Amino acid sequence: MHIIDRRLNPKSKSLGNRQRFIRRAKADIREAVQDALRKRKVSDVEGQENIRIRAKTVREPSFSHGAEQGRRRYVLPGNEQYQVGDVIPKPPSGAGGGGADGSPDGDGEDDFVFTLSKDEFLEVFFEDLELPNLEKRKLMSLKSPTPVRAGFSTEGSPSKLSYARTMRNSLARRIALRRPKDEDMREMEAALFQAEAARDEPKAAALRIKLQELRERRRVVAYIDPIDLRYRRFEPKPTPTTQAVMFCLMDASASMTEQLKDLAKRFFMLLYVFLSRHYKEIDLVFIRHTSVAAEVDEDTFFRGVQTGGTVVSSALLEMQRVIAERYPVDEWNIYAAQASDGHNFSDDMSRCLQLLNEELIPICQYFAYIEVTEREFARSRFASQLWSGYLGLEGLHDNFAMRRVSSAGEIFPVFHDLFARSNAAA
Amino acid sequence: MVLMKTEAAPAVHARGKLLFDGPEWDFDLVGRVYDACSEIALDEMGLDIYPNQIEVITSEQMLDAYASIGMPLLYRHWSFGKRFAREETLYRKGARGLAYELVINSNPCINYIMEENTMTMQTLVIAHAAFGHNHFFKNNYLFKQWTRADAILDYLDFAKTYVTKCEERYGLEAVEHVLDNAHALMSHGVDRYAPPRRTAAEQRERALARATYEEQSYSDLWSTVPTLNTEDDHVSGPGAVETSQLGLPAENILYFLEKNAPKLDDWQRELLRIVRSLAQYLHPQRQTKMMNEGCATFTHYEIMNTLYQRGRLTEGTMLEFLHSHSSVVFQPTFRDRRFGGLNPYALGFEMMKDIKRIAEEPTAEDKDWFPDLAGTGDAMGALRGAWADFRDESFAHQYLSPKTIRDLRLFSLDDDAEDPEMEVSAIHDEQGYRRIRRRLSEQYDVAAQDPRIEIVEANLSGNRRLVLRHMVRDERLLEKADCERTLQCLANLWGHRVKLLEICDETDDVLVEHDALPRPS
Repeated sequence: MHIIDRRLNPKSKSLGNRQRFIRRAKADIREAVQDALRKRKVSDVEGQENIRIRAKTVREPSFSHGAEQGRRRYVLPGNEQYQVGDVIPKPPSGAGGGGADGSPDGDGEDDFVFTLSKDEFLEVFFEDLELPNLEKRKLMSLKSPTPVRAGFSTEGSPSKLSYARTMRNSLARRIALRRPKDEDMREMEAALFQAEAARDEPKAAALRIKLQELRERRRVVAYIDPIDLRYRRFEPKPTPTTQAVMFCLMDASASMTEQLKDLAKRFFMLLYVFLSRHYKEIDLVFIRHTSVAAEVDEDTFFRGVQTGGTVVSSALLEMQRVIAERYPVDEWNIYAAQASDGHNFSDDMSRCLQLLNEELIPICQYFAYIEVTEREFARSRFASQLWSGYLGLEGLHDNFAMRRVSSAGEIFPVFHDLFARSNAAA
Repeated sequence: MVLMKTEAAPAVHARGKLLFDGPEWDFDLVGRVYDACSEIALDEMGLDIYPNQIEVITSEQMLDAYASIGMPLLYRHWSFGKRFAREETLYRKGARGLAYELVINSNPCINYIMEENTMTMQTLVIAHAAFGHNHFFKNNYLFKQWTRADAILDYLDFAKTYVTKCEERYGLEAVEHVLDNAHALMSHGVDRYAPPRRTAAEQRERALARATYEEQSYSDLWSTVPTLNTEDDHVSGPGAVETSQLGLPAENILYFLEKNAPKLDDWQRELLRIVRSLAQYLHPQRQTKMMNEGCATFTHYEIMNTLYQRGRLTEGTMLEFLHSHSSVVFQPTFRDRRFGGLNPYALGFEMMKDIKRIAEEPTAEDKDWFPDLAGTGDAMGALRGAWADFRDESFAHQYLSPKTIRDLRLFSLDDDAEDPEMEVSAIHDEQGYRRIRRRLSEQYDVAAQDPRIEIVEANLSGNRRLVLRHMVRDERLLEKADCERTLQCLANLWGHRVKLLEICDETDDVLVEHDALPRPS
């Protein structure tokens, strides 16, 4: 008898099966995921999700008897009072209640629910989405090179000396050149000592000569020779930047209601989660503005209330300042999302457009403008100050996009629309 | 591998020496308990087992094993992923507990035990699976005849690699398509009757004899006789000739497709073969579920009690054991909300106990009913014989005693879909015993429970239509939607039109006709 501990075996042996299953039920899952997004709170976008799979997508048919017709006989346990010939009314729900029929997998036709892990959820969630202009930027934003191991070299700094390699070479050379070993020398010396003690002069003389030869050889063939030395070699390898900064710009004036802010928040969350799948490190910068702009922390950003007018350029200037101060353009991938209800002082528009057009959009990977509006406005096709102003930018830059959102349900489609693969390819 | 007995603890001197106390287990302890169980099982009960391999696994691995129909390794398919997701959800919700063990009919016999079991449960599980099931696998005629315990692991390994290679070569979708279709026919991919087991040499000999006979009886004269040229080939003509050559009617649909489907590639045939082999391997387990569990439950009960009587288990252990034992063999009555059919553990255990009782302390009634068995005193001999030579159906027919019928208060119910009521046709009385026994035996007859579907006609040269027949018993037709879907799968594999006739087995009237055309993946 053997006892084997299998507990440490690689986990999730059935991962392959699970992936195949998810692929199979893709349509259902996609639907459920989008459904879930509409319902769930923004703050737990990254959580797990219970997915209801319709039985018909993953049905495994087989020949089986129908429950509707025919005669059946059962043997059942627990008779209490029945005599032969008694009749029993059938249980209401088909043969299920009293039937001992051989259909234990009768529940096979039910829908069933299973839990999608966070990664799987996001996988489906962002399926077909791609970072815009990623390719282009990758070439442009090669980061400072990192050293990568690249074999061994014969020269280098002492700190990079590879002892194992060096000693291996040394040993090989000593064997090849027959350098006398320490113990051989000791033996020889002992023999000489004995010979001298025994006053065996001829033998001692011969040994002395031999010993002299060996010493000479040991002097010529060094224990470690400079040619043995090996150093670990490193080659600089350029790696693409894996850090990004995401600017969230939002109008904080009184016209932005809680509901509109919530819409904006959802969009920011989505963008954040999406970016976090592509970049190791993401910095978030929150800038809110009224007639003046300030960088604030997240809580203040979404909760704080301010009064004042609306000057959009102040936020853009603030963003420019932060970039200059902390995020060198060649080291950071810069994303920006601006959310607003569309108001701006008309005097400010030209300044805004100039800032965006000449300064900001060229250094951004992507600049998205989301106009959050009440439903009535969206329907009225009334073009806001910002919207009509920004319209001109859309044609000029590939990495600028603008969309309108008026309800939580639209957030994901809009997001999907912005980052859909075909868009990026254009 | 040879089973080793520890020299330190021979049975006689073991009296009073506790095996363990407390819930914790470790590997040494499992080894000692295994040895103690093996003395009782092998030396005293005379069981004959494959060498055991006990593997400790986590609950997640147990779910894995569940999902792959208990196989230690299996090819990849989404349906196993589905099963896993379903089991996992039920388990996490607490709706269903996990089995304490899982045992595989292989040589060496692999027993999975869960790490979270207490030592008592490990003891129970070892007695149950490593000896009970193991003995049954090794000795029951169905397993001997249909499964090859020493080859299954290698075969599964081969199958897994083969499917993976096919996926790489022909694409996930193509492989999935074949497997989906094959899985649908899995229940009709087994030979129900013992095959003529011929060796390759015998087959060659027979082929030679056949060829010789054809040579000898060949007469050129016959070729001058004009053949009947009919368009309607499903009555006679070329189709009829083929029908006899193809060995029709054929019950094993997967086998027939593997050998004769005109459009399949070699690798697709091999996939069908893999699915079919799996179905065949699992088939005996369906046919012996009740006996197999009865045998294992009886074995663990005997072993645990013997250990306790010899003072090797504490009373606490015994109480814990009895608690799980009684929940395993609990049989809710038909009115109970928990009722889900006859519990194979309960009935199996009841019948095994009964055989022992009849052999050792028979009543007058037993002597009437079981003259050969009653009072022989050799309970284990009788049980070993029953375990070797019966399956659920024949076992119920042979051994269900009036006492068991009375104890379980079994009764038989007739249910006609057209009547609003069901009728009690037999209860536990003199007139009812035999009838209940026969009914129960039918209920356990897998071949009678599954729809009887055969391929009756295959046209290989003309319109290539395949015709199947469902012999309808007791007016039980096939579930329509499922049937059409399955027939679709069959058509996909066959590559041409497929037709299924549902024929009443009494009147030969065609009741329903189904039709399917192949659909590309």
